[in-house]
Amino acid sequence: MSDIVEKTLTALPGLFLQNQSVSGPAAAKASFSSRLGGLVRGITALTSKHEEEKLIQQELNNLKATVSAPTTTLKMMKECMVRLIYCEMLGYDASFGYIHAIKLAQQGNLLEKRVGYLAVSLFLHESHELLLLLVNTVVKDLQSTNLVEVCMALTIVSQIFPREMIPAVLPLIEDKLQHSKEIIRRKAVLALYKFYLIAPNQVQHIHIKFRKALCDRDVGVMAASLHIYLRMIKENSSAYKDLTGSFVTILKQVVGGKLPVDFNYHSVPAPWLQIQLLRILGLLGKDDQRTSELMYDVLDESLRRAELNHNVTYAILFECVHTVYSVYPKSELLEKAAKCIGRFVLSPKINLKYLGLKALTYVIQQDPTLALQHQMTIIECLDHPDPIIKREVLGEYSYLLDKETPEEVITKLYKLLRSDSISSETKAWIIAAVTKLTPQAHSSNIVERLIQEFTTSLDTCLRQHAFELKHLHENVKFMKGLLPVDKSCEDMVVDASLSFLDGFVAEELSQGAAPYKPHHQRQEEKLSQGKVLSFEPYGLSFSSSGFSGRQSPAGISLGSDISGNSTETGLKETNSLKLEGIKKLWGKEGYLPKKESKTGDETEALPVPQENIIMENVDQIITKNDQSQALTQSKEEKEKQLLASSLFVGLGSESTISLLGKADTLSHKFRRKSKVKETKSGQTTTAENVTRSSFSSSSNVTYEEDYYLDNFQDRGDKEIKKFSLNSELLDSESLTELPLIEKISNCRLSTPSLFAVNNMEVFHPPQSTAASVANEISLASSLLEETTEHMHSDLMEVCHNETISVSSYKIWKDECLLMVWSVFNKSASELKSANLEIAPAENFKITEQPGCCLPVIEAESTRNFQYSVQMEKPFTEGNLSGFINYQVMDTHSVQLEFSVNLSLLDFIRPLKISTEDFGKLWLSFANDVKQNVKMSESQAALPSTLKALQQELRLHVVDIIGNEGLLACQLLPSIPCLLHFRVHGDMLALWFRSSCSTLPDYLLYQCQKIIFHYRLLQDIEYNSLWYTVSPCCLSILCIAICIC
Amino acid sequence: MRFMLLFSRQGKLRLQKWYLATSDKERKKMVRELMQVVLARKPKMCSFLEWRDLKVVYKRYASLYFCCAIEGQDNELITLELIHRYVELLDKYFGSVCELDIIFNFEKAYFILDEFLMGGDVQDTSKKSVLKAIEQADLLQEVRAGPVRKRRKRTKAKGALPTLDTLPAGPSCPFPTSLWRLAPKAPGWPAGPQALTARGGR
Repeated sequence: MSDIVEKTLTALPGLFLQNQSVSGPAAAKASFSSRLGGLVRGITALTSKHEEEKLIQQELNNLKATVSAPTTTLKMMKECMVRLIYCEMLGYDASFGYIHAIKLAQQGNLLEKRVGYLAVSLFLHESHELLLLLVNTVVKDLQSTNLVEVCMALTIVSQIFPREMIPAVLPLIEDKLQHSKEIIRRKAVLALYKFYLIAPNQVQHIHIKFRKALCDRDVGVMAASLHIYLRMIKENSSAYKDLTGSFVTILKQVVGGKLPVDFNYHSVPAPWLQIQLLRILGLLGKDDQRTSELMYDVLDESLRRAELNHNVTYAILFECVHTVYSVYPKSELLEKAAKCIGRFVLSPKINLKYLGLKALTYVIQQDPTLALQHQMTIIECLDHPDPIIKREVLGEYSYLLDKETPEEVITKLYKLLRSDSISSETKAWIIAAVTKLTPQAHSSNIVERLIQEFTTSLDTCLRQHAFELKHLHENVKFMKGLLPVDKSCEDMVVDASLSFLDGFVAEELSQGAAPYKPHHQRQEEKLSQGKVLSFEPYGLSFSSSGFSGRQSPAGISLGSDISGNSTETGLKETNSLKLEGIKKLWGKEGYLPKKESKTGDETEALPVPQENIIMENVDQIITKNDQSQALTQSKEEKEKQLLASSLFVGLGSESTISLLGKADTLSHKFRRKSKVKETKSGQTTTAENVTRSSFSSSSNVTYEEDYYLDNFQDRGDKEIKKFSLNSELLDSESLTELPLIEKISNCRLSTPSLFAVNNMEVFHPPQSTAASVANEISLASSLLEETTEHMHSDLMEVCHNETISVSSYKIWKDECLLMVWSVFNKSASELKSANLEIAPAENFKITEQPGCCLPVIEAESTRNFQYSVQMEKPFTEGNLSGFINYQVMDTHSVQLEFSVNLSLLDFIRPLKISTEDFGKLWLSFANDVKQNVKMSESQAALPSTLKALQQELRLHVVDIIGNEGLLACQLLPSIPCLLHFRVHGDMLALWFRSSCSTLPDYLLYQCQKIIFHYRLLQDIEYNSLWYTVSPCCLSILCIAICIC
Repeated sequence: MRFMLLFSRQGKLRLQKWYLATSDKERKKMVRELMQVVLARKPKMCSFLEWRDLKVVYKRYASLYFCCAIEGQDNELITLELIHRYVELLDKYFGSVCELDIIFNFEKAYFILDEFLMGGDVQDTSKKSVLKAIEQADLLQEVRAGPVRKRRKRTKAKGALPTLDTLPAGPSCPFPTSLWRLAPKAPGWPAGPQALTARGGR
């Protein structure tokens, strides 16, 4: 219908506009007042975006001519300004008019000034340079005797004012606090509030005046001052405890209806004021019994008074309940508040229901029985069409259970799962909910059916949840430990400030990691940065000055966990944390309402301590240790955190041994899948895992601990040598940071981690016996000496028969790729005339290394054949095939064939150059590839991403400057390629340059692959703790491998 | 409050007020995104959204959506009432306000908003005193600008609306949505489908 109108509306303006374009600016005077009307109607008449653009552009051109014409009067200017605002609102650029808006505010009469100020407030942002021109006008208007002018000046000041110019107007505004008119006083208070927000230091000295405003005889002024107090109390509640009495008195008066009727809103006295006061009281009374006692009466009164059935009373009630639950608890009040929540939940209005469910999350912690009363209502909510409601509901499920009914609930959820009408996102939540319920259910037929159905689901997320459930379901004891029935999870003490990580953070910072920046700061920086790459030489940009204890990087993930769960369990502890910008991260998958995962999640950003925590978690399950005690302990044993992964292995293995057997069926299934696609990966892992398995077979936990402790350090040292990485990035911890990704790809960085031990069963070839284990260990021990100097891949068996086994590995030497084939004679007799030949391949030049071909291989010994491989022309994937023949006991000759895959990556080497050289080289390359890659928020930490790339692709990290990273590599023999990474938000901008045209494309592909793996792993890792505690971690691998 | 948006059912922005410095590009992106999200919601769904790191409270009045973005600790319900109070103010000022009033006199709508909210916080909740302040300003300027004209009261003289001339008479187009009253009560013109529920529960 509106279309018809819009068409009819515009029957006239066509004529009108024609008229306008013919006549010049001077002649247009007469019809000025209805110009906006004409424009609006003109626009609604148009059918296409293109026409609209044309019309507006024409309009803007007209306006441009008009505003700059000397004959234009201020009145015309005012009309122009209105139209300019309109054009800007439609999304067109009207920046030419900004200066005129300021002029209009400066010169116009009241009518024009008002429009001028409005235009300024809509056009300019706080740091716009033109704003400085406004300061004089504001000062003048503040001194005006005309009330309206003063009001306008105060309004603009509270909306948009350059921070550095505050001193120019501050005294004038302070004076206004004594103004005889309450409207001026009120606006002055709000303007000062604005100053307090943008520059708290500047208004420090007038705190005493704020108190005066609080005691102002006018309610409006007093109410305005509450904004300031709320903010100040939020920052430091202890400084304002003395005001509690005043606030209570004010609230009493308001609730008692002592205010003028003017302040009523639908016959409710000053609801905004009430809510403001309730929030203040909530902050003041938090964890403070004495202060809280002062307010019990008035809170009670508020709850009692709010009886009118109107939205606004619900708003007050909601705030009141929140306050009751934030102050020091009083059972009588809690009971009443809980009843109120009942009214919300039972309300047929969806808005109230939603808030009721939200409130339930914190009510339940105090009083689970309340939730039981509403159980059926809540279950009904599950069928609600609004997904937001559903999500809230699922978050509460595990608390709502009466012990008799979990089966009922599960059945209901199961039915829901099978219906097609709900999105897979919701389904994932539902499975998560079922997971929480399962330990309490007595029979589990449905759960089993559910597992069966959804482990084969096509949706990755669903499948992941289903696997979680499956594993837990198979080990009930473990599950009960994780998901205690008595809801004791809430009692866990969470060290929200993550103080135990401070040491780690300080260390990282001292080693050059970028200091953590809160979200808004990052965003600001992002905005202020130019789009192009700076080629100026970068200086040293690392500093640890920005570090403070509270801003530890892990804080962000804790916050996200809490917000993502949309429960407010941890709220008390986390008030001081920055919570902005985090929900996104946790929006969907993050909604895993598992309380216990909090302890793990909060530390995800810093994997070493994380493992420590997980260890403690396991510890808790086994020994029922008190969580808080464990946390304190961890603080004291900071040095042990460095060795956490080794400790972890010890404890982890104990808790998982019993699980290993059961996980087998699944793992084999997946192993087969993965083998098809990534045989290489499977086998190499085997080699390594087997090596490790021989160590972990010892049942003595302490022994293991010690062993790994040493082993860990040794390896750490070795790896430093092996990689010759950028020293800023490298320390023993950084190597352990990416244990998962290493397992996935081929580059073997043998990190002693839990996964190695757990995966043992998984990737172990079924035929492998103790003998073959020994065999492979001996192979491993026979690695060439060079391997200690260069990076190398793991041993991989390429062919075998009953007498020999041929394995190969790659050594990535600086100047070439060295292929080594190890021939192990398994038989008891010696082999003669052993000869290994590699067939010539078109892309490679293969040279046999001298002195490695031996005619005789003794019994049970290993011989190595080395070939250096050089690339002749670029390729992506290549194959080296060859054969070995030998004679056994002078009888017959046996020939075995094999082949090995080579990729371009084998010929990529780090290019060690300085930042300056990077800049120079960058300019000299013509081939250029750019791509944006989406990352998970958690990944946004550039250094860790770069580290992954450095390790996987053998790139050299030249420098990290802020959110930009520079990397360099070369393709042997000497084709350089430069990489530029930049993180903005959750996007990673990749930029490659090289002298070779194909190299950038190839590297881009590889980088994307790595980043994708990395993201996948991180996401999964963030989502669930128990992947890292149980053999479930293999399902990460499986999923990852399946997808890729 | 972070920002307030008014947009039509067709996704046309009618008014925007930002209380936190936001770049132009970001604003456009947010407006586009949020409009999409809100317009896609069905009438029975609840008025609150969690969007990005903000809570969004929206309400439809006739053909117009009023949309506020608030922060974590803020009270959703009172924000809903805040929107309602703003509509009441507009209604009282324009006399049976409809979308067209806001389109053609958006600067007035801004003035009222500025008098009601200051820097994103409630400044004056009294209908009477907000309108008094606005009228005072109106009056002052008109004294200077020329003879005092009484502000158009349109309770029954809706014909004064600039666009009404062009409306076709007859049953084929009884009332265009843009003429639906945002707030109920005033006689004569039809209320939008949502207008009545806006006061529901009273």
